[in-house]
Amino acid sequence: MTASSRVIVLHLGLLALLFGLQFILPAYHHGNLARIMVLASYAVGYNILFGYTGLLSLGHALFFAAGMYGMGLTIQHMGFTPAPALIVGIVAGAFVAGALALLALRTVGVSFMIVTLMFAQAGYLTVLYFGEYTRGDEGFVIQQAQRVLWGVDLSNATNRYFAAWGLFSVSFGLSLWLVRSSFGRTLIAIRENEERVRMLGYDTYKHKLTAMIISGTISAAAGAFYGLLFGYAGASFASVQYSIFPLLWVLLGGAGTVLGPFVGTLFMFYLIDLSSGITSAYLLIAGLALVLLTLFAPQGLIGEIRRRFWKNLP
Amino acid sequence: MEFGPHLLLATLEGAVTAAVLALTAVGLSLVFGVMRVVNIAHGEFYMLGAVIAWYVAHMMGGHPALGFFLALVLAPLLVGAIAVLADVIILKRVDYDPERTIVATIGLLYIIQQLTLMTYGPEARPVEAPFNSRIALPWFEWGENGFQFYYPWGLSTTSYKLAVIGAAGVVLLGVWAMMTRTKVGLLMRATQADRDMALAFGIPVERVYALVFGIGAALAALGAVLIVPIQQAHYLMGADPLLLAFIVVIIGGLGSLPGTVLAALFIGLSDGIISVFFSPTLAKILATLLVGLVLVWRPQGLFGTRTA
Amino acid sequence: MMILSTRGLSKSFDGLQAVTKVDFDLPKGEVRALIGPNGAGKTTLVGMICGRIEPTSGHVQFDGEDITRLPAHARIMRGMAYTFQITSVFARLPVTENVALAARRRLSGDAIDRAVADALARVGLSNEAHEDAGNLSYGHQRLLEIAMGLAQSPRLLILDEPTQGLSEGEIADFKTLVRELAGDTTILLIEHNMDVVMETADRVSVLNFGEILAEGTPTEIRENAAVQAAYLGTG
Repeated sequence: MTASSRVIVLHLGLLALLFGLQFILPAYHHGNLARIMVLASYAVGYNILFGYTGLLSLGHALFFAAGMYGMGLTIQHMGFTPAPALIVGIVAGAFVAGALALLALRTVGVSFMIVTLMFAQAGYLTVLYFGEYTRGDEGFVIQQAQRVLWGVDLSNATNRYFAAWGLFSVSFGLSLWLVRSSFGRTLIAIRENEERVRMLGYDTYKHKLTAMIISGTISAAAGAFYGLLFGYAGASFASVQYSIFPLLWVLLGGAGTVLGPFVGTLFMFYLIDLSSGITSAYLLIAGLALVLLTLFAPQGLIGEIRRRFWKNLP
Repeated sequence: MEFGPHLLLATLEGAVTAAVLALTAVGLSLVFGVMRVVNIAHGEFYMLGAVIAWYVAHMMGGHPALGFFLALVLAPLLVGAIAVLADVIILKRVDYDPERTIVATIGLLYIIQQLTLMTYGPEARPVEAPFNSRIALPWFEWGENGFQFYYPWGLSTTSYKLAVIGAAGVVLLGVWAMMTRTKVGLLMRATQADRDMALAFGIPVERVYALVFGIGAALAALGAVLIVPIQQAHYLMGADPLLLAFIVVIIGGLGSLPGTVLAALFIGLSDGIISVFFSPTLAKILATLLVGLVLVWRPQGLFGTRTA
Repeated sequence: MMILSTRGLSKSFDGLQAVTKVDFDLPKGEVRALIGPNGAGKTTLVGMICGRIEPTSGHVQFDGEDITRLPAHARIMRGMAYTFQITSVFARLPVTENVALAARRRLSGDAIDRAVADALARVGLSNEAHEDAGNLSYGHQRLLEIAMGLAQSPRLLILDEPTQGLSEGEIADFKTLVRELAGDTTILLIEHNMDVVMETADRVSVLNFGEILAEGTPTEIRENAAVQAAYLGTG
């Protein structure tokens, strides 16, 4: 087997494993895994910008929330059915990502982080400000009757798992294809040394802009699905915490690896799940993980595996 | 209340905000100026100051002034020590890399906040002011009898609020004197101007960093002790000061003490005034957008460019 | 036929004049060396030519078209290539990927692999193809820079101090390489090593205090009294 086909087999193997697991997992973990796959899709989107392009955004909750509210508000207030509502959410995310990119990409490094943080915060506050429609922190429930997509009831656990798996497969596959394409390789080169890439004749600004829109669109899709599958949209999903989470998951799993976002989300989810028996302050775990990862394992789990055992892992 | 007295009241409230904000922002600005890192956990140092003040006041008993003044000394010292520890354990190890420092201080933010929640709890608790007499304020009008003063109902402040403004002024003067008149200040300014040169001249840059991080946090804590008789201590109270201090540092220019103080006055006063007349959420939306846009339109401005 | 011309090209940094009204012409196919003492403005001039630095005033023409307003990447796409003075390879990517990034801009499919192998062979790095670029010695990284330039198969190749840090043997190979390229590719060579200049350049331009001091064949330049005073005498 060539190195390239080993890579394909490994990644498709994960998707097949996740598909198969639904038949054997007990209900509790079955539900968890559905949630993890949607959140991991969010992390996959985040990773395209952070891991592969080298742009550390602190504002992805803006895109996640754009997807969630684009979907939720059209169902709630305009009587949309799930399919067009999902599309509205995803398009809204793409649009917001493009707009923020036009502004934020004028900056680099720390400024980029702060600019994305500030605009996302403004987005969060906007959700609160229009509490009449969004119900603010309290949020609103999307009723079971409103969650039937082409005759499939998404509040049903099996259907929900399948939808989550579908979303994850698409974003995961897209990410794998992207980073092996010449566009993705250029993104990686931009992460390593942007000026050199520019002097090889690439329009690095356009590449970064495209990367941010792709990243934001996947994040928005995750947000839209999350709201639809679990039947709820609330302001906390727009808060700064939801910008930090994908950073945390990707750092833990390994930034700039295709598998990393899923692995990081999985580990963090169960870490918090297990620790909830000891403390309700789950953010403490998140904080400790951030500090420890920064100090001791900036490569993350999959990054470490790549460094030691499997150099060509994308 | 009529518009004029209302505006005076808003201005006074704004001046108290501005005084505390100036302390917090100068702390953040000092850290950014000298160390070239952004401390996202700065608001949590502020919150710790308030919470420690409550513990001290609560344990002291006796006359409220006793606990308060002890807190005024102890809280900044303790918070400063915690910050020095964080600097040595975390920031030094990531070599003050700007991006990794932000990620690490986000982690620190959650750690401090959640540990406070687990020990101090979710309640908001007041600290009694050491003195608190109400001072009614006069307003003037052109009445039938010509120009005359009167005391509109509701137009008043307290002796404590005025004292906060005064105390902040004194501390700021002290910081200014430290930076310009002392050897420690000279070392800080040398490190700020050129880190490598400072190293070459044998300045213990790492110790200067630890000290600056400690002083920055202590200033935030001091601001919080001053405000806690007015606002109560709560584990989530660090978020707003962080945002406002950010705005101030970005508008005031980094490392510039007078610029930071001026910007704090401007933001503190306008925040007070805007919050009285508009929805606080709208005011915050405008403020965050302002920070974002200032950074976008002057990208080479404050945070410099990353070398690839 | 000039492939490159500048007219009145000037740059000042904070009032300090780095390059003053340079009129520079480079005919197609020529190997031109640009020499001058440190701080003479060589890198600034070349930076304005390839678009890394915006000129204060003046024009740049490439192949008969005014490119003064074009961003750097668009100039590269028109057939310029620039190799960095300070080694600027992608240290954490394999050598092949470094060169492939350069080749991919104009080629696709198998042609990329062929161009990469060819460029690496020409600079003698075929054996290092699968190393990470950061693991190469300094001299090899300089050669990789040149290979990246070659893989772009440019019409104008700008080499910014390419032999700095190379061994004697590598310099000899470099001279051979430049002579092979001469004719097909126009080369603008910023160079400190006078042996390299004398042996490879068709003509030499001397920059001093931001102005063109002299221009001529290597022999003429060597015998020019003004150049000797400004540069050779002190260097």
